[in-house]
Amino acid sequence: MMIKGLKNIGNYFIMMKKVMSRPEKYSVFLKQLKLEIGKIGLDSIGIVIIISFFIGAVVTIQQSINLENPLLPKYLIGLVSRDALILEFAPTMIGLILAGKIGSSIASEIGMMKVTEQIDALEIMGINSASFLILPKIIAAMFFFPILIILSITIGIIGGWLGGLSMDIPTADFVYGLQYQFIPFYVTYSLIKTVVFAFLITSISAFYGYTTKGGAINVGKSSTLAVVYSSILLLIFNFILTDLILS
Amino acid sequence: MIKVENIRKEFGDNLVLNDVSFSFEKRKTNLIIGESGSGKTTLLKLLIGLHTLDSGNIIYDGRVFNEMKLKQKRLIRQEIGMLFQGGALFDYMSVEENIMFPLTMFTEQSEEEKLDRVNFCLQRVNLENTNTLLPSELSGGMLKRVAIARAISMNPKYLLCDEPNSGLDPKTAIVIDNLIQEITEEFDMTTIVNTHDMNSVMQIGENIVFIHKGVIWWEGNKEELIHTNNKELNDFVFASELFKRLKNK
Ligand SMILES: Nc1ncnc2c1ncn2[C@@H]1O[C@H](COP(=O)(O)OP(=O)(O)OP(=O)(O)O)[C@@H](O)[C@H]1O
Ligand SMILES: [Mg+2]
Repeated sequence: MMIKGLKNIGNYFIMMKKVMSRPEKYSVFLKQLKLEIGKIGLDSIGIVIIISFFIGAVVTIQQSINLENPLLPKYLIGLVSRDALILEFAPTMIGLILAGKIGSSIASEIGMMKVTEQIDALEIMGINSASFLILPKIIAAMFFFPILIILSITIGIIGGWLGGLSMDIPTADFVYGLQYQFIPFYVTYSLIKTVVFAFLITSISAFYGYTTKGGAINVGKSSTLAVVYSSILLLIFNFILTDLILS
Repeated sequence: MIKVENIRKEFGDNLVLNDVSFSFEKRKTNLIIGESGSGKTTLLKLLIGLHTLDSGNIIYDGRVFNEMKLKQKRLIRQEIGMLFQGGALFDYMSVEENIMFPLTMFTEQSEEEKLDRVNFCLQRVNLENTNTLLPSELSGGMLKRVAIARAISMNPKYLLCDEPNSGLDPKTAIVIDNLIQEITEEFDMTTIVNTHDMNSVMQIGENIVFIHKGVIWWEGNKEELIHTNNKELNDFVFASELFKRLKNK
């Protein structure tokens, strides 16, 4: 168990070394990159909007119940919701959702290519298959996840505002709270986390896909493992980064 | 010519190939036959470096492949066309894109030149006007033919085919066999075909090796094969009762 884990980590780094090489042909690489931005980024916008909206609303409603005290100013609810969304809910929650959505699709796509010998076909054409398939995915995600997170924060705040209205928080108070003692670095921190998560999710899922052996059944297994391990590592790195950056 | 010298390959403690030496000749369709699990696919994958050798040498026209760095190996691989057991077409690309792919990756040809080459290859395998179809829209025989077209798009010196007619009906299988043999001569290639299909052997068997128990148990051509006294080979080739009776007549 322990040994298998270490072996996997070793193999992960061996694969990543192969991934990190110069693309054979930039025109083809750019085409792949565009395709992946579509698949990884644009196709995730819908789910990010829906989830962020409801999370934002729920967070605000909960805060307004917690902070229901005549001594506390109402704008505090806007402030607390804002920070909760920026610091944690947007990057981590959306990160986990994307680990499920994108992780499983990357692992099954690459896994299927592996078991149907399409990866061998690339290799024997003389192409570095790891770099060809995986690098565009990693770069697309690292580029597009931050956009998704900014979107998530924005939509979350809109959800929060509407949730607040339902709890009789006046718009003026909510907006005042949003602006009150705003620390721009929190956004930076959130985006740093996001970029790391993007790298973890795509590279780990690609690893499980790339090392699939056998037939179609194993593709399903790889895709499950991809989601489980990218989620776990995402949470571990969330802890490490928070510890390093914020404290 | 592709030469293998004293090749040995073990998976764990499963000794698959033990001291195999052979020359696959140019302009010929060289056949590797043997039971399922005898190591035919393993041998092909060793030849292109998808598996690593335990010992021995693989020599492409005087160039020792197994001693090369990966970068040099990739250059040799660009001279090799390979037909995989399942076709291995890229399933998100159309027929045209599949065949064009190696050209896009490795040549500086214009779109027109590439398209000309694609159409030439498609015509060579009798599949004109299938350019826009996706692999999922092709029949098994068409899939194999597109895979052949892709394998020859770069004008390879070597063509390796893993069971090119598995899963095809006997008539289509022979079409594929003949096609492989024709293009081998036409383009001056060294071709190696793995098969356990006796129809193929009788159709195109000029230079045959029989792998059994990890070694080359027998080699020869199809006439010699029919008249052989080698017991294991006979058991393999004339496996059915009907064939046994026919041979004994
Ligand atoms: N990657 C691998 N890891 C471990 N063992 C393997 C691997 N590939 C093949 N083998 C073993 O090597 C032996 C030969 O397999 P191979 O696929 O070469 O047979 P084959 O002659 O091509 O059979 P078939 O006609 O069924 O395709 C088998 O016992 C198989 O289990
Ligand atoms: Mg085989």
